[in-house]
Amino acid sequence: MIKLDNLTKVFDTPKGAVVAADHISMEVPRGEICILLGPSGCGKTTTLKMINRIVQPTSGKVFIDGEDTTDMDTQSLRRNIGYVIQQIGLFPNMTIEENITVVPKLLGWDKARYRERARELMAMIALEPDAFLKRYPNELSGGQQQRIGVARALAADPPVMLMDEPFGAIDPINRAVIQDEFLKMQQELKKTIMFVSHDIDEAIKMGDRIAVFREGKLVQYSEPDDLLAAPRNAFVESFLGEDRALKRLNLVKVNEIVSDEIGTVSPGDTLEQALARIDDFGYQNSILMVNDQRQPVGLITRAVARTTRGYCRDHFQNVPATVGLDDDLRKVASLMFAQDTTWLPCVDDEGRVCGQITQRAMTHHLGARFRAAERTAQAAAETTSKE
Amino acid sequence: MPIQSLRGALLALLLVAVFLAGVWSQSSGVIDDFLWYLPDVRFLAVQHLWLTAMSGGLAIAVAIPLGILLSRPSMSRWAESLMQVLNVGTTIPTLAVLALSMSFLGIGTVPAVFGLFVATLLPITRNTYAGLKGVNPALMEAAAGIGMSPAQRLLKVELPNALYVIFAGMRTALTINVGTVPLAFLIGAGGLGELIFTGIDLYDPVMMLSGAIPTALLAIVVDALIATVAFLVVPRGVNPNRA
Repeated sequence: MIKLDNLTKVFDTPKGAVVAADHISMEVPRGEICILLGPSGCGKTTTLKMINRIVQPTSGKVFIDGEDTTDMDTQSLRRNIGYVIQQIGLFPNMTIEENITVVPKLLGWDKARYRERARELMAMIALEPDAFLKRYPNELSGGQQQRIGVARALAADPPVMLMDEPFGAIDPINRAVIQDEFLKMQQELKKTIMFVSHDIDEAIKMGDRIAVFREGKLVQYSEPDDLLAAPRNAFVESFLGEDRALKRLNLVKVNEIVSDEIGTVSPGDTLEQALARIDDFGYQNSILMVNDQRQPVGLITRAVARTTRGYCRDHFQNVPATVGLDDDLRKVASLMFAQDTTWLPCVDDEGRVCGQITQRAMTHHLGARFRAAERTAQAAAETTSKE
Repeated sequence: MPIQSLRGALLALLLVAVFLAGVWSQSSGVIDDFLWYLPDVRFLAVQHLWLTAMSGGLAIAVAIPLGILLSRPSMSRWAESLMQVLNVGTTIPTLAVLALSMSFLGIGTVPAVFGLFVATLLPITRNTYAGLKGVNPALMEAAAGIGMSPAQRLLKVELPNALYVIFAGMRTALTINVGTVPLAFLIGAGGLGELIFTGIDLYDPVMMLSGAIPTALLAIVVDALIATVAFLVVPRGVNPNRA
């Protein structure tokens, strides 16, 4: 757990005092990733660096796992905090193994233990130990180097990690890969992480919580979905972008809004029955045909059902797409747009149909949060005006 | 094809010229003249190297800690001004430095070593300072961020990464030092300058060259020696020659 209590930094510059961080108070629960988000010069990096005292706070306190760090020795404080920076900062004079084992050596681990740890970490970041440990950083690609940077920060298994735009200098394709790898590692490691970013998409993808900064102040601190649904003010709203409702699609899983009401026909049904069911369930264009195991095998379109006689098994089209319960709505929306359809069948792990997801349900779900947020805002405005 | 044949012709011409020069020098007895000075050259070359080793070693021992000291953040306000003081040691002609040190310390090895030391100090200090200042700030932040103490940062990160530049300074300084030692003869410290200056005074080119050629060779050997040490000592990851 990281807790900041009125953390403030004032820089003395020739033009006068500049408040880089203004009474920042926030708390990151154990095992969560908190993204510090904002434009350049908003104080997010200063705030991060005050936690490991790369920047000395002017006032305020930092608590790690409930312990006040103010009186802790700077070196031992830092050795217990993993630190990853955008420029990576691997030591070019040391081999990969030496880089990774720097902190364990500082902590006085014996040789067998830290060498074992190096191999363990390489396996964790999916780099072959024998191929890489004896090489030097300048022989590695940028993406590989930053993986090593992360491994170095994790070496002594610190409970807390600070990451300053760690994936900012990596090309978009590799960045997505590393982000995914990192999230997978985090599911097991459960570190408490502060993570600086200026990329709203990265923040939504990586963050359990997002803290938006502006001009040294913490403007809003909430979970990604709340942030997107209810930005506190015009600045946050504009920073999130006009497509912020679309960004929420990333955060909602199919199983949150799936409806288990889905009309189906079986291959043995007649097309007349199919037409009746299309109308019963209110489909506009087509109905799903499933086999005995309730696996989707085809679509019966309204046009065919109305104009043709016979059995469904002879007159179906291929199912354009199905979605799984763990897919996010962004994928669903993309499939719907690509297939020009307003609903998609959902299948479970065994491929059996377990419901459907409709455009209506998606817009309703996203809209409900917006409406709720608006109501709360209105209510708040009314109470203040009454006072 | 024409270029290759031209090169071949030139090579052949060169061989012929070298052969003729050999024939001439043998018949005129120049080689014997040179060989006559060989015992002197041996003795004086050792003296010469001794002067270089003393003054150069002393300069390295002082200049590197000085460069480290000047590169510390707390010294940043004074570093450039102090460097200018050292500059004086280089801008004043070495002969004048030797003359000055003679007027304080008298005649012999001690004033010569001191004068050479002053002249050698700056390049090494300057390169140590520049090398340390040139270490990527991201490395320094990473080193601080993972909890290295200032001393650990210096020894494990700063110095290894600055070492190539520091060695470049030592090479320049010591090579120039070898070439400057002949002047030390003028204040009675010996060295190959004895043959050079006596040769000039006696208008004896063979004697002069018997001092000058070994001096040049020594300079090359010292340079190569330091280059080899640098090659071996500078870590592979930051050594452009071993990439």
